[in-house]
Amino acid sequence: MTPVTTAAERGRPARPQRTPRPVRAVQYVVLVGVAALFLGPLYWLVTTSLKPADEIYQAPPEFWPTTLTWENFELAGQAAPFDLFFLNSTFVTVVGTALKVMNAVLTAYAFVYLRFPFKNVLFLGVLGAMMVPGHVVLLPNYLTVASLGWINTYAGLIIPGIGSAFATFLMRQHFRTLPREVTDAASVDGAGHLRTLWQVVLPMSRPMLITVLVITAVEEWNQFVWPLIVTNTVQMRTLPVGLLLLKDQEGPTNWGTIMAGAALVLAPMLVIFFVAQRWIIGGITAGAVKG
Amino acid sequence: MIAVFAYWPIAYNAYLSLTEWNMIAVRPTFVGLADYARTLTDPAFHQTLWTTVVFTGLIVAGSVVIGLALAVLLNLPLAGRGFVRTLSFAPHVPSGAAVATLWLFIFDPGYGMVRVLLDPLGITAPNLVNDSDGALVALVLVYLWKNIGFAGLIYLTGMQSLPRELDEAALIDGAGAWTRFRRVTLPQLRPITFFLLITTVIGTFQAFDVIAVMTNGGPGDATTTLSWAIYEEGFEAFDAGRAATISVIMFVILLVVTAVQVRVMERRVHPA
Repeated sequence: MTPVTTAAERGRPARPQRTPRPVRAVQYVVLVGVAALFLGPLYWLVTTSLKPADEIYQAPPEFWPTTLTWENFELAGQAAPFDLFFLNSTFVTVVGTALKVMNAVLTAYAFVYLRFPFKNVLFLGVLGAMMVPGHVVLLPNYLTVASLGWINTYAGLIIPGIGSAFATFLMRQHFRTLPREVTDAASVDGAGHLRTLWQVVLPMSRPMLITVLVITAVEEWNQFVWPLIVTNTVQMRTLPVGLLLLKDQEGPTNWGTIMAGAALVLAPMLVIFFVAQRWIIGGITAGAVKG
Repeated sequence: MIAVFAYWPIAYNAYLSLTEWNMIAVRPTFVGLADYARTLTDPAFHQTLWTTVVFTGLIVAGSVVIGLALAVLLNLPLAGRGFVRTLSFAPHVPSGAAVATLWLFIFDPGYGMVRVLLDPLGITAPNLVNDSDGALVALVLVYLWKNIGFAGLIYLTGMQSLPRELDEAALIDGAGAWTRFRRVTLPQLRPITFFLLITTVIGTFQAFDVIAVMTNGGPGDATTTLSWAIYEEGFEAFDAGRAATISVIMFVILLVVTAVQVRVMERRVHPA
């Protein structure tokens, strides 16, 4: 292992004394330990879902599985309609994310580029909504959705979430950093607001847009309490809620099947995370450090 | 949309908290402050409050302290630290329900990883989740596993954006590594700590999915927090008035906590 990377060197000026070797060795041991702490459980999940039952239930269980099988996934599919859960989750995530981000972009555009009465008061209202804990408004939102007749429908699952104060806030902050001259030039050239937004503002905002899209999609996919209360038939459940059903049904006797279900819920988001991590991490730290 | 699903509900909630309603009758019956009197004098509710405080306190303290330690480690010039940073953040991304299911398996005293790890040491694996003291510990461990990478990442970003000059000046003055960390780095990280405190408190108060999967607020009511109580009263016992009352109490607590933290930090960050 090379002890010092150049990128790290650049950040810190030459030190008067070098770190002694034993200290560095201990640091590496801790680093590996930390890695194992986070990777271990995920490794266990993936391998268990692919192990035949006898390798899970032998003592001690097989650490490096010798035979891989899709059997657990088939069993999970037989125990609960995971294909339906998957479709529901995908539909809710795609439509919900699209509506939410579109709404946030249009609202943010209006706050930055249009003049209208009470603009600042309204923006304060949006900011304040970020402080409203979602769990506090669970019951009234449920009753509102019930009075609209949306219980156990896709509308009930999706619509209450499409006003996102956080996404609106991130987009507005970003739009404000764009040079005013470019949008002014667009309007001089006769472009309407929608055209300016679509052809000028959005292309300049691509990194922030991707960040907001990815974070929103992960949130939608992971939603738990809202789908739990607003749906009441197996056919309308989303993956995280379906996993709860599977766990209750298979109990502690069928860990292979349950882990296969958990892998179905977890894997898509982990894949998105590893592919898009620079946008996710960028967005989260931007919100924290500037905020 | 924000008005309909964020502000209107607060008002509606406040109204419901003054009523008694089983959600079957056509409309709620107005009972004034009776729900508050009933809730605030109920020993079970005191227990719920206490559980929430312990649960939140452990997770907030753990996230901040361990997150800071992780950031210090990842700020050292070690090969592979970028990879470990990504790994430690990974559990923050997936659904709490899936993570909780995974840990339920890990904690399984019969076939879980705890047994695999403890058996060779001659220790019998504890049945954490079904133990009235252990269940809360299990929940705290899972939330910490999920959140430490997030706290660490925020601290790390903060550390790397600090100006080098102060640290170097202290070094020239002969300050050791620990003194420089305590007296120079830590005070400059206060705004970050403040951000983490507020977001973690608000997040932990609303923690629900891991509780729902792992313990259902039990065994008994050992892990019944405010957020679980809202669900239980509202959607299992169909006591709308009571659920709304607990929601209002939770909202007020969070407002007060945030306001106090803002005041304290303003004084510390910008001393008069």
